Amino acid sequence: MNFAQALASGLLTGFVYALIAAGLTLIFGVMEIVNFAHGEFLMLSMYLSYFFHASLHLDPLVALPLNALALFALGVIVYFALIRRVLKAPMLAQVFATFGLGVFLQNLAQFFWRPDFRTLGDTWVSGKRIAPFGVFVGGPQLAAAIGAVVTTWLLWWLLARTSIGRALLATAEDKQAAALMGIDPDRMFALAWGIGAACVGVAGALLSTFHYVFPQVGSQFALIAFVAVALGGFGSVLGAFAGGIAIGVVESLAGVFIQPALKNLFVFAIYVLVVLVRPRGLLGKQ
Amino acid sequence: MRPRTSGLSLQAAVALLAAAVLGWPLIFRGPYPQHIMILILLNALLGTAWNILGGFAGQISLGQAIFFGAGAYTSTLLAQHAEISPWIGLVAGALVAIVIAIAIGGPCFRLSGHYFAIATIALGEIAAIAVTNWDYAGGAVGLFLPVEGTGLAQMKFDDKRGYHYVICALLVLALAVTVWLRGARAGYYWRAIREDQAAARSAGVPATRYKLLAISISAALTAMAGTFYAQYVLFIDPPSVLPLSLSIQICLVAVLGGAGTLLGPLLGAAVLVPLSAATSVLLGGSGRSLDLVVYGALIMVIAVFEPSGLVGLWRRISATVSRN
Repeated sequence: MNFAQALASGLLTGFVYALIAAGLTLIFGVMEIVNFAHGEFLMLSMYLSYFFHASLHLDPLVALPLNALALFALGVIVYFALIRRVLKAPMLAQVFATFGLGVFLQNLAQFFWRPDFRTLGDTWVSGKRIAPFGVFVGGPQLAAAIGAVVTTWLLWWLLARTSIGRALLATAEDKQAAALMGIDPDRMFALAWGIGAACVGVAGALLSTFHYVFPQVGSQFALIAFVAVALGGFGSVLGAFAGGIAIGVVESLAGVFIQPALKNLFVFAIYVLVVLVRPRGLLGKQ
Repeated sequence: MRPRTSGLSLQAAVALLAAAVLGWPLIFRGPYPQHIMILILLNALLGTAWNILGGFAGQISLGQAIFFGAGAYTSTLLAQHAEISPWIGLVAGALVAIVIAIAIGGPCFRLSGHYFAIATIALGEIAAIAVTNWDYAGGAVGLFLPVEGTGLAQMKFDDKRGYHYVICALLVLALAVTVWLRGARAGYYWRAIREDQAAARSAGVPATRYKLLAISISAALTAMAGTFYAQYVLFIDPPSVLPLSLSIQICLVAVLGGAGTLLGPLLGAAVLVPLSAATSVLLGGSGRSLDLVVYGALIMVIAVFEPSGLVGLWRRISATVSRN
């Protein structure tokens, strides 16, 4: 019973990790840049939910499309204002451009909104829970998991079934060949940043119903997302999805059956073990 | 127009700089400027150590805190439980770090690019969590260093001058090792591995062995810095010697200065340390982290305008100066 409970909560968290990781891996897949400010994008989206709720009484689940739009815009702005200028720079300069952006955003948030831990209080899903087969499932967690699965599915559908998605994938495959086919790589890069940021925008709204909101909240999620992306294989959306779920489950099982303080140790250890066997992750091109 | 003999003027500039660094604690008697200079030298040492692995051999490590912590914890535990001198602890810490480095490098050097970097982040987090839950090593509470008196033999000093010259000596050691290996076979092999590992291998470069050499030297020097840090601050715990932020800062110092150059990490430390000190003095008083806002913005500016590091800017300025 304990096992079923731990597995269920691990899966629910894992779906949200998977969504955050999917946004990260999309950006990487299209242009081979790791967004070290990904966690701060998540943090900004959570604050957005907080302020929608506090000042406009908008439920985070209702305002969710607004989060996605706002973060899409942020991603596109970041691409044109910063990333485009380091496209041809060495990989390390790209790392530090996004890392600097992360430091900048996190501390800007602390400057404006103080380091206080905030909660949204009463949302539609707060305090509700269901217990199918004796396994307790919290309403906020369930809503977050469903929202994350639907969004990741939408992302997959967009990539696999629409012409714009196919243009993105073509750019990821071979920029020059795609450009010769009339696909403007610049627009595709901006789109990848927009969509990648919109994914964390949705994840932030979903998390805000039950998670504390504070300036450093993104760091832990970003770290897990990096590991999920590398575990699944850089650039593979399906891999990031599998990686996120695997991490959620390992974290939850290790927390329940071994020791809560050591749960992340097992997450990182599993990652290291997997890449030693498969150096390009579970679903990356070997 | 023939460029002036830059060799001589560069030597003169380096000699002048070295004299200024050595004379610093004699000129500035206040503890604050002395402390800032010690932090610059410590960061320069850490950046130089990172540079051997990341800059020359091209293996981007974001887990240098593992080695820093290995040095700090080994020497401190030896001092606490067996009253062993920190100088022996310094060597022991370096040896422990080499063993860890080989244990990490052996399997992880099969990973390339981002996969290696993320693996070092994961290993760093594993180390931090493990030490936090290891009661013998003080766990989350940390360890105070036993102080049995001061003096060179104890590597503990009543004022900051002693620390200044110890860290100077360690930095000179790191630079000497870098200069020596850069011109030796290892240096050429490392550059070949960094540019194209498959090509290097097919030309007969034993890539794995030379990458293990790079990580071992990098780890040993970083561990020495860790032992020094413990003697300087007299308290260590996982958040101070094993955090991811330290690993990133080490990499930042080398990269913003100029990865793969001798002077890059020195320049990076000389700019970043005073920059973060100045922003926190000027803007940090409010407790609202405006200093880190500026710091983050400046990192972005450097990444955009000097992507191969401040060394590039330095070269352009000195070229302009010598032309006029």
